[in-house]
Amino acid sequence: MVLDVLSWVLLLAGAAFVVIGAFGMWRLPDFYTRLHPAGLTDTMGAGLILLGLLLQSEAGLVAIKLLIIAVFLLFTSPTTGHATARAALAAGLRPWQAKENRKEQGET
Amino acid sequence: MAGRNTDSDGDDASGGPGYQTPGYRPIVHGAGLCLALIAAWLLFSGYFQPLLLGLGAASVIFCLWIAMRMDLLDHEGVPLQITWSALLYMPWLFLEIIKANIDVAKHVLAPTLRIAPSLFDAPISQKTDLGQTLYANSITLTPGTVSVDLEPGVIRVHALHPGAASGVLEGEMDKRVTAVEGDV
Repeated sequence: MVLDVLSWVLLLAGAAFVVIGAFGMWRLPDFYTRLHPAGLTDTMGAGLILLGLLLQSEAGLVAIKLLIIAVFLLFTSPTTGHATARAALAAGLRPWQAKENRKEQGET
Repeated sequence: MAGRNTDSDGDDASGGPGYQTPGYRPIVHGAGLCLALIAAWLLFSGYFQPLLLGLGAASVIFCLWIAMRMDLLDHEGVPLQITWSALLYMPWLFLEIIKANIDVAKHVLAPTLRIAPSLFDAPISQKTDLGQTLYANSITLTPGTVSVDLEPGVIRVHALHPGAASGVLEGEMDKRVTAVEGDV
């Protein structure tokens, strides 16, 4: 019972982070800034949902598989994030700048 | 680490960037990989009939053979040397990820968007490719900062706002990752 409540809290909190991440990707101005809310989705969003599922699973092989999914995400999501950002920079996409920073922009 | 051959003077002379010979102990790394593969097979399958165990053994041997042919049995392919220090680093990293998540969520949900993104270079102190990868991935994992490019001694980072940028420039994470890397 307590576990059920706790797991629901974690699942809903994870879902909330996924929604906030999606909202941020819609709200922020350019490709580079949108990478940051995308990070919410695959760190806290996925992490909390996996944790919530972990509480629903019986201790055993299923739980271990959920943990291993978390470990894989921990390696793959920053790698893809880095690869896309690097590709954008290599392709010459310039990052969006806040107004007050635009004038003094001489350095990268 | 104790007992490790440390005369690595020929680091860069002996090969490409990040190439080091002292970490090359194929028997130890092969045994480590073998154990990890056996554990992975047993945990993923959960069946213990002779047929499936036999297929598992065949798969493990095949993977080891490929790893050997590809010269992967070294400190980089099977990074046994950082296992324990990496486990100690992870709780700190998780805490940073949670803090950064809440911070970015606040910025995203704020009534007026107050972001000032920047692209800047930060120094890195890791010597091995593995350590630099770990650091770059840690930066990207914490929302608010994304590593964009990695060059010898320098990492290029995109930050959502000055607070996130100063977090990287303070170098706390850099120091901790270098400690994980140890003296490979």
